[in-house]
Amino acid sequence: MAERSPLADVDLSDTGDRVTLAEVPFLTQLDVRTSPSSSFPEPGTFRTDELDGEATFIWLGPDEWLVVGPPGAQKRLTERLESGRLESVSDTSVVDVSAQRTTLELRGPGALELLALGCSLDLHPRVFGPGRCAQTTLAHTPVILLQRKHCVTTGEPVFWVLVRASFASHLASWLLDASGDLTAGH
Amino acid sequence: MTLRFTFDGRDYQGRNGDTLASALLRNGVHVVSSGIRTGRPRGILTAGVEEPNAIVQIEEPFPEPMLTATTVELFDGLVARGLRGQGRLADRPDPARYDAIHAHCDVLVVGAGPAGLAAAASAAATDARVILVDDQPQPGGSLLGAGELLDWVAETVAGLRAAPEVRVLTRTTAFGYYDDNHVIAVERRTQHLGAAAPAGAIRERIWRIRAKRVVLATGAHERSIAFADNDRPGVMLAGAARTYAVRYGVLPGRRAVVLTTNDSAYAAALDLHTAGVEIAAIADLRSSISASTSPDAAGSEWARRCTERGIEVLPGWAVSAVTGEHRVSAVALRALTDSSSTREIEADLLLVSGGWNPVGALFSQAGGRLTYDPALAAFRPDGGCRQAVSVAGALAGTYTTSGCLSAGVEAGGGAGLITLPVVEEPEAAPPIAVWTLPGAGADAFVDLQRDVSVADLDRATGTGMRSAEHVKRYTTAGTAHDQGKTAGTLTSGVVAELLGVEIGALGTTTFRPPYTPVSFAALAGRDRGMRFDPVRVTALHGRHVARGALFEDVGQWKRPWYYPLDGEDQHAAVLRECRAARENVAMMDASTLGKIDVRGADAGVFLDRLYTNMISTLKPGAIRYGVMCRPDGMVLDDGTVIRLAEDRFLVTTTTGNAALILDWMEEWLQTEWPSLRVRCTSVTEQWATVALVGPGSRDVLAGLAPALDVTRAGFPFMTWRDTTVAGLPARVCRISFSGELAYEINVSWWDAVTLWDELSARGVTPYGTETMHVLRAEKGYPIIGQDTDGTVTPHDLGLGWAVSKKKADFLGLRSFARTDNMRTDRKQLVGLLPVGGELLPEGSHLLDAPELPEPPIRALGHVTSSYHSAALGRTFALALIRNGRALHGQTLWATLDDRLVPVTVAGSVLYDPEGARRDG
Repeated sequence: MAERSPLADVDLSDTGDRVTLAEVPFLTQLDVRTSPSSSFPEPGTFRTDELDGEATFIWLGPDEWLVVGPPGAQKRLTERLESGRLESVSDTSVVDVSAQRTTLELRGPGALELLALGCSLDLHPRVFGPGRCAQTTLAHTPVILLQRKHCVTTGEPVFWVLVRASFASHLASWLLDASGDLTAGH
Repeated sequence: MTLRFTFDGRDYQGRNGDTLASALLRNGVHVVSSGIRTGRPRGILTAGVEEPNAIVQIEEPFPEPMLTATTVELFDGLVARGLRGQGRLADRPDPARYDAIHAHCDVLVVGAGPAGLAAAASAAATDARVILVDDQPQPGGSLLGAGELLDWVAETVAGLRAAPEVRVLTRTTAFGYYDDNHVIAVERRTQHLGAAAPAGAIRERIWRIRAKRVVLATGAHERSIAFADNDRPGVMLAGAARTYAVRYGVLPGRRAVVLTTNDSAYAAALDLHTAGVEIAAIADLRSSISASTSPDAAGSEWARRCTERGIEVLPGWAVSAVTGEHRVSAVALRALTDSSSTREIEADLLLVSGGWNPVGALFSQAGGRLTYDPALAAFRPDGGCRQAVSVAGALAGTYTTSGCLSAGVEAGGGAGLITLPVVEEPEAAPPIAVWTLPGAGADAFVDLQRDVSVADLDRATGTGMRSAEHVKRYTTAGTAHDQGKTAGTLTSGVVAELLGVEIGALGTTTFRPPYTPVSFAALAGRDRGMRFDPVRVTALHGRHVARGALFEDVGQWKRPWYYPLDGEDQHAAVLRECRAARENVAMMDASTLGKIDVRGADAGVFLDRLYTNMISTLKPGAIRYGVMCRPDGMVLDDGTVIRLAEDRFLVTTTTGNAALILDWMEEWLQTEWPSLRVRCTSVTEQWATVALVGPGSRDVLAGLAPALDVTRAGFPFMTWRDTTVAGLPARVCRISFSGELAYEINVSWWDAVTLWDELSARGVTPYGTETMHVLRAEKGYPIIGQDTDGTVTPHDLGLGWAVSKKKADFLGLRSFARTDNMRTDRKQLVGLLPVGGELLPEGSHLLDAPELPEPPIRALGHVTSSYHSAALGRTFALALIRNGRALHGQTLWATLDDRLVPVTVAGSVLYDPEGARRDG
């Protein structure tokens, strides 16, 4: 009876020693479409909101954000959104899309190179630092890409790749294949 | 280290650092290939990518056709042969891997000669992100061939490699320059290792580089002059001979004659002389050069240096004949102004310098203009470019090392931040432009790879051609895989001479990517096989695989096609699956249908405008089938609309149109109806959908959903319920795409496997898309995109009932009143029953006669869907036929292979036309 995440059957461990890859399954994800306001992050950015504490607001477009929270928080977060900052906005929608995408966490000294093999965006820390996000393609697959933070111990970036469930195994297979071709620095 | 290799069947030895060309010269091999048209023996003309002659086929370790011996790095075990024309592709799969990578920088520098290295170092000093690409195994460019400033090169490269924001790519050729400073390069990573390349390593990598600014320091290529027998092995460009002597330690001959229009050949002659080549004479086509050792003779410093070494300089002399077919054996010289002054000189080497062509290919691709500079006797970049690109060094016409260095620093943006070495150089004497020598004709070649001679160009201009582009296409000059690197300017020069016009007015032909040939394998990279295009699968894919399903590609999706049991073929499997659905209970994974959540105060109004039928009157809890048209009145998509609440709908689309319909909605909302308060959100993969079909479906559902009233009255057709199925939160819709009693059970994507397993445990038969197609076709339900082709209206499909007569407006309405839409002979969807039981091919044309009439033949229409029906016990088809509904009961003839077979036209609903089975 257990819920199954899209990558439950995929072994993500065989990525060599330059990157690590892990699925972060079952996150709460709410698609919010509403008029832009200052209470949402700017284009190309995301932030973990202080008001809602556990929720990360990701800019997806001029009138669209993805709110990501811990597993099982759909109802709680939807109510907080609708009774809080969206209360006065008439043309707004909050849709549960938690199962629509799964999340891959990518880190390690080879993470930037691995993404560069399949993503045309400039992800250099000078351009795409912590708090930056984008809707883009990775290995021809539509994804939402987040630069979460720099790893506390290594200083290396940690990325989240949110991918549609139907594309998840293709993307994982591509990442596993490409991770074998990382160079040991340049 | 000694490297063993085989060329044209003979074994040789070369040295580490050799190219195949230098190794051949080291072994005294001067004939490498032969002319493609003339068959004349050909040697090695150059020492780089511009080589037109020494084209080789590599056979081992893996076959590769048409490489230049001058760029193939020698490795142990290389087996190659010379080519006359095209080579051969491998007859076995390539075991190597290829990929591509994206890179971004502030400054991209192309070329690591003196200008490029200085530019990269200068840019790096500004803390810019820098990428330096160079096609050679090591940086240095022309300095390697001249043996100059090698310490500075090593020090600069070490500094660049150590800088965190600088990337130095060697063995990397920038071959394409596209808009917005997008430069594509190919890095050759393992070719030079031969069989020692690590297994599984990436052999070639495509770099897609986006640069804020590009510095092109691509250097210059030396060119030849058109004179009789200028293609003989032993005729070599002077700079190339210098490179072989200085960089590779190979003497390309023992005794040389030099023919030049400029100073550079003197430096070459001096270096070769130092290396041990006897320089018999330097014929300088410039009569102005003074060989006097008197220090006040202007502009002749190089000539003086040669004279000091005892090298004879002959100003105003030319080559009049070359002796030797397989190797130069003697060169005849003649004074230009006095034809009685002649020399016959024994020599095995004729070194030619007809001047230098700035390598403007990338600059031209970038949109920059190349203009003829008479002082330079060459085309060079002239003025600005629409892209952020600058040029430095020999590409800009700067031929002194010190000039290249300072131009590089300037271009890099770090002027004042780095220190340059001081270089002492003699004062230069200006070059002259010489394209042909007297008597140049059929044996005087301009394009050695295409075997195009001055006589060929003469023939082209003789036919009246006046443009370089026309002459190129008529003669093929410049069209070989070297793309005329040595031939282009020379061809223009000769043609200008023939036409009596200025070469600057004639111009050159156009430069297009790629600058050098690039393998298709590299361009394909990782995008091959299963990774050619993303594969989308549903949450149940593993279950389908485990049940032995075969899959059908629907867009990017893999959908189960049918599930053969042991010993079953497709026909048997599909008939069995159809029977299960019609007689018992069956299930299908329908998760791929597009799903869009539409909500907002104006959602009903919005959907009324998109669909042809009325949506806003739908009650919450109910479902309606709807058709969408484009403004031209043709069917765009169909699906169901579920009203979840007063302001909330869930719309389904066909599998292939999910993204298109979301875009369609957004386009209308954003551009035409921005005042509507509506928000659309894709939820295609939020929900997994299993269609539970057949007379037994109600019992199965009742068993899994005890809280659900599944009675006819309690759960009517075209309504939905939120409930619990198999312990899972579920939305169940009473929708049927088969005509049978059916439910579509929607659960979270995460719960799909649990639901499927529960249904499987109750013996429900899985069926695939083929059975789905048969079941829906028996009911005459069209599939948009299969039974329609963008020229079909709802009325043509018999869906006129789904076109509202009450709504004031909707997309497509106006077009329904067009004359063409009112025609009575439009093609209409009908059923076909082949009289003889044949299975008609989809696409078969339909005629109204049993024999093919004389052409032109006007077909009445064509078959759009065709199947075996278990329920009907026969084959049947759907077809679009002119005025087809008026032809019910009539016989038409369908094309089948090379014959015509009779078919009876029927209504499109062939099974249960009363709809009695829908409610079980």
